[in-house]
Amino acid sequence: MRIDKPAQLTKLRKELVASEKNHTKKIMVCCGPGCLANGSAEIVEEFRKVIKKKRIKGFKVEALKETGCHGFCALGPLVVIEPSGTFYTKVKPKDVEEIIDKSIRKDETIERLLYDDPSNGKKIESYHDIPFYARQKRIALRNLGHIDQYKIDEYIAVDGYSALSKVLTKMKPDQVISEVSRSGLRGRGGAGFPAGRKWATCAKADDTPHYVICNGDEGDPGAFMDRSIMEGDPHSVIEGMIIAAYAVGAHEGYIYVREEYPLAVDNLKLAIQQATEYGFLGENIFGSDFSFTLNVSRGGGAFVCGESSALMKSVAGKVGEPRAKYVRSVLKGLYDKPTVLNNVETYANVPVIIDKGHKWFSSIGTSKSTGTKAFSLVGKVSNTGLIEVPMGTTLREIIYDIGGGILNDRPFKAVQTGGPSGGCLPESKLDLPVDFDTLTEAYSMMGSGGMIIMDDETCVVDVAKYFLAFLVDESCGKCVPCREGLFQLHKMVKNITDGNGKEEDLEKMERLSDVIIKSSLCGLGKSGPNPFISTVRYFRDEYLTHIKDKKCPAKVCRELIRFDIIDDKCDGCMACLSACAFDAITGKKNEVHVIDQEKCTKCGACKTVCTRDAIKVS
Amino acid sequence: MVHLTINGRTAQAEEGEMLLDVIKRQGIDIPAICQHDAVEPSGSCRLCTVEITKADWDGWKNYVTSCLYPVADGLIVNTHSDAVNEIRKTLFDLYLARHPNSLFVQKLAAEYGVTETSFTEVPDGDDCILCGLCTRICDRMGFSAISTVGRGHSKEIAPPLKEAPPDCVGCLACAQSCPTGHIKFSEEGVSRSIWGKQFERITCSKCGKLTAITKEFADSLSKTQDIPREYFDICDECRRRETALTMGRLAHWVREEETA
Repeated sequence: MRIDKPAQLTKLRKELVASEKNHTKKIMVCCGPGCLANGSAEIVEEFRKVIKKKRIKGFKVEALKETGCHGFCALGPLVVIEPSGTFYTKVKPKDVEEIIDKSIRKDETIERLLYDDPSNGKKIESYHDIPFYARQKRIALRNLGHIDQYKIDEYIAVDGYSALSKVLTKMKPDQVISEVSRSGLRGRGGAGFPAGRKWATCAKADDTPHYVICNGDEGDPGAFMDRSIMEGDPHSVIEGMIIAAYAVGAHEGYIYVREEYPLAVDNLKLAIQQATEYGFLGENIFGSDFSFTLNVSRGGGAFVCGESSALMKSVAGKVGEPRAKYVRSVLKGLYDKPTVLNNVETYANVPVIIDKGHKWFSSIGTSKSTGTKAFSLVGKVSNTGLIEVPMGTTLREIIYDIGGGILNDRPFKAVQTGGPSGGCLPESKLDLPVDFDTLTEAYSMMGSGGMIIMDDETCVVDVAKYFLAFLVDESCGKCVPCREGLFQLHKMVKNITDGNGKEEDLEKMERLSDVIIKSSLCGLGKSGPNPFISTVRYFRDEYLTHIKDKKCPAKVCRELIRFDIIDDKCDGCMACLSACAFDAITGKKNEVHVIDQEKCTKCGACKTVCTRDAIKVS
Repeated sequence: MVHLTINGRTAQAEEGEMLLDVIKRQGIDIPAICQHDAVEPSGSCRLCTVEITKADWDGWKNYVTSCLYPVADGLIVNTHSDAVNEIRKTLFDLYLARHPNSLFVQKLAAEYGVTETSFTEVPDGDDCILCGLCTRICDRMGFSAISTVGRGHSKEIAPPLKEAPPDCVGCLACAQSCPTGHIKFSEEGVSRSIWGKQFERITCSKCGKLTAITKEFADSLSKTQDIPREYFDICDECRRRETALTMGRLAHWVREEETA
């Protein structure tokens, strides 16, 4: 069916909402990245089987929804019963029948599957009451967990494509740009460039044709915000892109998705097909003379292709190497034509801004960073998951109130924001409000929204080494400071973790970092030394302990630690002996075991299996 | 016309010109080893980095590769400031760590006082400095037979799948443009070998001398440039002789016409 008039869309929406109301109860199974990995696909299958078998009166299989990421990944797989919001955690296929019997056929809850409030040990039934959710504000992630990710009708039922209908029938392109400009929306990919200004520059460019591209090459380790949106709510991105295309006069667009996100590719392709069938993509959209086609372009798995100019080369089928952007890509982008490139989350915000107006959007967040920001909260934090908070929320609120504090109540050490090229912030910076400018002033950056929490068992020198190794591997290798400079910087950090560092190394590394920052060609190189710079700025003492005392305070760096068995505690159970893959542990049953330091690789397997805490790391 | 200041002296440039060209015209020597007039600049060696500022930038300075930076009115350029020299020295230091045996690198680095690297030498460092001149020239010739392969520190220049490149015509443009002489080729009799592929050089059908052009190159030029294939069957010398004879005959004929 093709929709040519706004009235048709309104009518369809009314019908869809009415038919949704027929379901007195709905089962939402989270099929986000985390829950899928924990087996939510099997749970969906089991639900289908049980529903078919039991033939529940008044309950249709359509009320079973496969949703996008609900957010609380630490407790997945998640199953939510709507409209009560009953929140079942760590659900297994064997729980399915009980859920149907108790919560669908009757109105009972299953205590054992509910969320435990760690502060008082009480069970919380509805997710609305869980602090993790209660303190969030969701705009870009508005539909995740609430609609079926495979159905365009579900998106339409929650006001989807109404912004597009408004734009194409009631607004001129410059009005759209003005609305986005006045909302204060800044690019969510990391740099925070005002989206409206970018669109205005492209719209005014004389050269034709114009293109719009969506950057879905989310490559930061630990980040999955964009992935969740592309998989769980692809239409919000597509609608945002069509609006952008109308605003800047583009008739062709690309969504660039990284190779590692096959599900996002599938869901986007399906969504594009559905949108085309309804006439939201293609010729004469909403009966106007505006036409727009959208294609999915798959990356080859290179981190650098998240950089705009490398991305555009990759879309054009060339080697993904960045070029110098002395002439900006908004004027000379894809095929050297004016191109608007925004990130997934930026586009997902656009329909809401059009629907609710710039005043509403700019009233959220801070004056210079309006709206909200999605983060993937990972690392040593209790509530790992996908969150969205108003700009200006402090790191402490995010980590402690939403994240539930540090895992196992250990002391906080650092939070890494902005991906590999971002920075590590110490406890003294926890009360900083999270927005584009504040994080940059604190020598970190917003980045696309990965947030890695570290506790006292994390060694920051080791973290710097890890991220530098990542960047050495992911550098495109085109320019010398990035290719050779980061390689040498990584070598020097590794020297320190191996116990071979010298005090003067730190100064030399800082000088090298300065040259890399000044002379690299693209953003990857220019921010490449950040893992070192930001850790040495806030944790210089830890570097010096590695260098001078040859010690790793966090007991992580293998060359600087040793494993020993405490005689008094060892009962000779032989668990560590069989866990050691290198035959480094000797001893007889019921006798104290000994670790051969020559053979020990310091993998820590013995410590993990020891139930008597008899393995000492020093 | 654009007016700018380079090292304290005023200079003029055409709109759209790149900064490096203007710097060179001023007689200032700065290294730029990935740059070649035959191809588009790429900005990979970073050695032509200069410091730029403008009167209204409040003292803020930027470091840009002059080969890629379009000139702008009021630009104040310093080609040898302390920071720029530090950048070039460090880059040469890094180059020497990666290519310790390259005479080309050693000579250039010595000009900036860097005679040995302060970083860790790469044990199996070869002479390919990844300037990309070879691939850009190959693209420019219209063959794109070789390209950069891989990324990061293990990036290299290679034919597709590292096998004998099907699109290579043995023109040697890559080898001749390589500043360090890393790209090797061999010639023996009529055969030429490069990138693991064998070619046969054309023997002049008049004098029997070997020409510099391979059969594959001639086939390609004939097709793409619309030149009769026979044109390449004789050497340059014989072709010149042919042309001279034709001209002589023509002149003789004109003279006869005039006297008649």
